Amino acid sequence: MKEFVLMKGNEAIAEAAIRAGADGYFGYPITPQSEVLEYLMKVKPYERTGMVVLQAESEVAAINMCYGGAAAGRKIMTSSSSPGVSLKMEGISYMAGAELPCLILNVSRGGPGLGTIQPSQADYFQAVKGGGHGDYKLLVLAPSSVQEMADFAGLGFELAFKYRNPVMVLADGIIGQMMEKVWLEEQKPRLTHEEVVERYPWATTGKPANRPRNVITSLELDSAKQELHNHKLQAKYKRMEEEEVRFEEFDCEDAEYLLIAYGSVARICQKAVKIAREKGIKVGLLRPITLFPFPKKEIQRLTQHLKGILVVEMNAGQMLEDVLLAVNGKMNVEHYGRMGGIIPVPDEIVESLKNKIIGG
Amino acid sequence: MTEMIIPADIVREENLVYKKTSLMLEKPLSYCPGCGHGTAHRIIMEVVEELGIQSETIGVAPVGCSVLAYEFMNIDMQQAAHGRAPAIATALKRLMPDKFIFTYQGDGDLAAIGTAESIHACNRGEFFTIFFINNGIYGMTGGQMAPTTIPGMPTSTSPYGRDISIMGNPLKITELIAQLPGTYYVTRQSVHTPANVRKTKKAVMKAFEVQKQKVGISFVEIVSNCNSGWKLTPNKANKWMEENMFPFYPLGDIKVDGQLVVK
Amino acid sequence: MAKVRGAIVVDSEKCKGCEVCVPSCPTQVIDMVREVNSKGYHFAYMANPEACTGCANCAIVCPDGVITVYRKKSEVKLNDLQ
Repeated sequence: MKEFVLMKGNEAIAEAAIRAGADGYFGYPITPQSEVLEYLMKVKPYERTGMVVLQAESEVAAINMCYGGAAAGRKIMTSSSSPGVSLKMEGISYMAGAELPCLILNVSRGGPGLGTIQPSQADYFQAVKGGGHGDYKLLVLAPSSVQEMADFAGLGFELAFKYRNPVMVLADGIIGQMMEKVWLEEQKPRLTHEEVVERYPWATTGKPANRPRNVITSLELDSAKQELHNHKLQAKYKRMEEEEVRFEEFDCEDAEYLLIAYGSVARICQKAVKIAREKGIKVGLLRPITLFPFPKKEIQRLTQHLKGILVVEMNAGQMLEDVLLAVNGKMNVEHYGRMGGIIPVPDEIVESLKNKIIGG
Repeated sequence: MTEMIIPADIVREENLVYKKTSLMLEKPLSYCPGCGHGTAHRIIMEVVEELGIQSETIGVAPVGCSVLAYEFMNIDMQQAAHGRAPAIATALKRLMPDKFIFTYQGDGDLAAIGTAESIHACNRGEFFTIFFINNGIYGMTGGQMAPTTIPGMPTSTSPYGRDISIMGNPLKITELIAQLPGTYYVTRQSVHTPANVRKTKKAVMKAFEVQKQKVGISFVEIVSNCNSGWKLTPNKANKWMEENMFPFYPLGDIKVDGQLVVK
Repeated sequence: MAKVRGAIVVDSEKCKGCEVCVPSCPTQVIDMVREVNSKGYHFAYMANPEACTGCANCAIVCPDGVITVYRKKSEVKLNDLQ
């Protein structure tokens, strides 16, 4: 039964994962996302649906547990925050290479290094440009509300299995910690072993007599074959770019200036747009929901009517680079960012818009 | 030409006594001549065949020479990142509790980079089997020192012999994990003589039986040779192993039915 | 009276000439051929086929599993004993 509740972001995605029929969660405590594991341990999904929840000995172990479960065709999730996600990078690259579906949540905090426990968006490069080694891409969803945290559990699993690729939900400490009203979907049953065998014939579910053995690996010592494999992966990412771009716009129809922001910063920019409009500035907001695939085409479409773009992020300028690529020199693109866990307020964003884009 | 006799009256199907198990695929093994990996693989697959569990068994291959184990074993397999096989096996066994899950790992995989995963899977008392092939060296990458390299043993990164004042003592990981309540059956065997091969097969059989009981980790260490890394012929390597490795890593049961074996 | 007679068949192309089978044989049946297979290995063969009892020691210790073992009991006629 669908339910309307007040929940914290971290807990909402955990509950939504159970309801989406997740088979397993493997995680490790790290602020500001430990509530995901704590919530799952508390509500005992094993008794509800048979979902396995295990606190691993490290983020490294957790991501490899995910690899094992995903390779057996199961819906598996893990979560961490920036330094812990760095630890997962080996496993993520392996899963991308072996084409495994998995949901990975990063509730970003300030970095680099051990950093701070307050929020940041400084893991954009890590999520979108690599992080792990090799030519691979994650499909990256950026929630900006507790509702989206919940929605992206089911959507994330769906996309992960559609493309046989890991999916990252790139949130930040604000989204993880804040409480909002959220609609939770009704419980979807977990797949039975037989259903997994039928739907995912590639999975290691035990070799029956009527098929050759399944091997899940990312190793290919024959370079010619490995290049073909890489072409196959690239073709997959191209399909994602064609079919999975998601974004939201506010007040863009008559806009002369554009703010581009994602996640919690997009929420703050919504207010900044309101304040700016009250001052007579015709500004709109583009909120990418998928960071990969990036809404390049939409940005290109919008630039036809714009005089300038301000990219607002809690980092030193990461999504900025993707915007610059999309805009391709057509107009002025500037960046406003706060780092170290500081959260910008709407007024300073409006000031920056005035100084860097309109005034300049 | 060497004269080769094939006595036609003996070589007949009805007289067949031993043939390599069909669960070993026909692909020629990529291991060096004389390497114990081939024997160990075959013993494990023989046991899987005899227990009739080919369709219920999933193996996890390591990084090391046996990274290609999945090319030779006719069961569903996963290739693990270096050291991570016990984490993968943990998920597999918890998600599919009725399947037979095993990891197959070398000394670098299990006792260097994978130490945490090995210890914690054993500590949690997971219900899968770990096969640990210990040859005291890193074979695949060209013969470097391993945590289990014995003192004085020359390797490519300890060319003057392992110096315990700099690198510490060999890590007796098997004895360590046997202390943990989560391990149920821990044994150390070898595959260099027929008698030892038979003992190892019994140990492998027992390890799979322990999985059925769901009581804890079954851990079979196989002390083996690496003739290429040790720079000896296979037979000389086996002799060297008997004289030098076995005193350090004595063969026999270390823990049975959850109890440490008192010597 | 029965006499056990064995024989081994070696997959000469897969044998890597490691010679681990040689000392495993209780009756010194095995030696390596003088020529090489297509991989360049001297492969194993029954140098003393009469001595083979089909015990399969060689086969079970062979890392590449290239040895297949046969064993036959043959009746010895009474007048052979005289």
